[in-house]
Amino acid sequence: MTPLLQVEGVAKFYGARVGCTDVSFDLYPGEVMGIVGESGSGKSTLLNCLAGHLTPDAGAVRFDTKTDGLRDTVTMREPERRMLGRTDWAFVHQHARDGLRMNVSAGGNVGERLMAVGARHYGSIRDTATDWLGRVEINADRIDDRPTAFSGGMQQRLQIARNLVTGPRLVFMDEPTGGLDVSVQARLLDLLRGLVREMGLSAIIVTHDLAVVRLLADRLMVMKDGHVVETGLTDQVLDDPQHAYTQLLVSSVLQV
Amino acid sequence: MTDYNFAYLDEQTKRMIRRAILKGLAIPGYQVPFASREMPMPYGWGTGGVQVSAAVLMPEDTFKVIDQGADDTTNAVSIRRFFQKTAGVAVTEATAKASVIQTRHRIPEEDLREDQILVYQVPIPEPLRFLEPSEVETRKMHSLEEYGLMHVKLYEDISQHGAIATAYAYPVKVEGRYVMDPSPIPKFDNPKLEMAAIQLFGAGREQRIYAVPPYSKVVSLDFEDFPFEASKADHPCDLCGATDSYLDELIVDDDGGRLFMCSDTDYCQGRRAAGHVGAQGVPIEEDAA
Repeated sequence: MTPLLQVEGVAKFYGARVGCTDVSFDLYPGEVMGIVGESGSGKSTLLNCLAGHLTPDAGAVRFDTKTDGLRDTVTMREPERRMLGRTDWAFVHQHARDGLRMNVSAGGNVGERLMAVGARHYGSIRDTATDWLGRVEINADRIDDRPTAFSGGMQQRLQIARNLVTGPRLVFMDEPTGGLDVSVQARLLDLLRGLVREMGLSAIIVTHDLAVVRLLADRLMVMKDGHVVETGLTDQVLDDPQHAYTQLLVSSVLQV
Repeated sequence: MTDYNFAYLDEQTKRMIRRAILKGLAIPGYQVPFASREMPMPYGWGTGGVQVSAAVLMPEDTFKVIDQGADDTTNAVSIRRFFQKTAGVAVTEATAKASVIQTRHRIPEEDLREDQILVYQVPIPEPLRFLEPSEVETRKMHSLEEYGLMHVKLYEDISQHGAIATAYAYPVKVEGRYVMDPSPIPKFDNPKLEMAAIQLFGAGREQRIYAVPPYSKVVSLDFEDFPFEASKADHPCDLCGATDSYLDELIVDDDGGRLFMCSDTDYCQGRRAAGHVGAQGVPIEEDAA
């Protein structure tokens, strides 16, 4: 079976400092991988390198494109990479404001990706947008409201709808539940889990919240100081941590 | 007038502007950056158009200036006088007699010819600006032909107003490549952008020049189920009776009395001189008295 994403020896340096280094893994279709680690451990740097927002200093990121099979997205031409960013990939930002157009209505936000890949029929764009708002539990009568009038949780759900509307195969998520209160987090996780299963999505989720990966991720990668210190199945890593740092991370979770 | 170089700008500056114009003509709709000069008028009054006019004017040219269709408003009169003074060129109000026409917000009703140049004054040359504030990003979108965002604007129009409410500065795609802001002309004028004359666009404050060569394909963006429509006030001209021209609506008294008249004053004048009379018009001989 061809991996959907094949990462080999990816490294990114900020001058003399290490962003992340020597990261390799394969992600197979339908698989959800979590990347955990403390702040500054290089999780977001790695995610941005994988999603094409940053250019890695070394290594290859191969994506299984629909037409040509595995292609290195680092050396790919920029128009092709940006096209992937609009079609096969999705990126969910931690702050919904970074991923939404705040001065455009909810319907316009969801429709933007459709129009970016050539949809030119207002009626069908609007129908799709309405359908997707429903799937992320936003009332259809809010379709013409701007995201500024939405709560934090709704904004995050809108961002997810906007990203998934073109049926991507790989979703990058950067702390998707950060900054939301726990009950809203729970609903969002529930929704995400449903969508991932239903659409057969592959996903890479960066978070420092172990509960999030426990719920969503099949596999786990633990990072510290730019290095991957432990990988394995989620339950295995969380229940039987081997590396000292992972043990610290797991034991640091507060029990209610 | 010998105190100024011909047409105010020095020859080096004119060459620089002509290079930008030639590049603009070579890449229809592409915004060419140029080193805009300080002009003896405020930004927003047509500094871009004036610089382009200065660069294309020749001593034997006949110059016409339009402001919102009219030849006799402050802006039009002062720009016309400016070039009368600094270039000594002949000026006219008749569209057919002009070889260079500088315009703000209108395209003349009369078809232009191959030996004419139409110069537009442009306030904001970037059609994507109000959706994407970053210049770096909009340049990238142009270079990679990522124009989905333009339709988001039209989508917003329909969702809020039930129809494409953008009535001026209506975005167009030139020669199937660059999306361009045709300057704030009414969308009624958009179909006229495919014409025989050379069209040059100058934005002084934003330091951009772009161009549409003669007979270029210019398509107004729209949706399949909400096609582009060149709209105008549903009324004939009250002075000359024209039904095919863009109209201004005037309030003429305190009781809400209205008068619709051609925004293109030269066109209206020409029709009245030819004997056409509108509902509130008077024959031209008595009018002159």
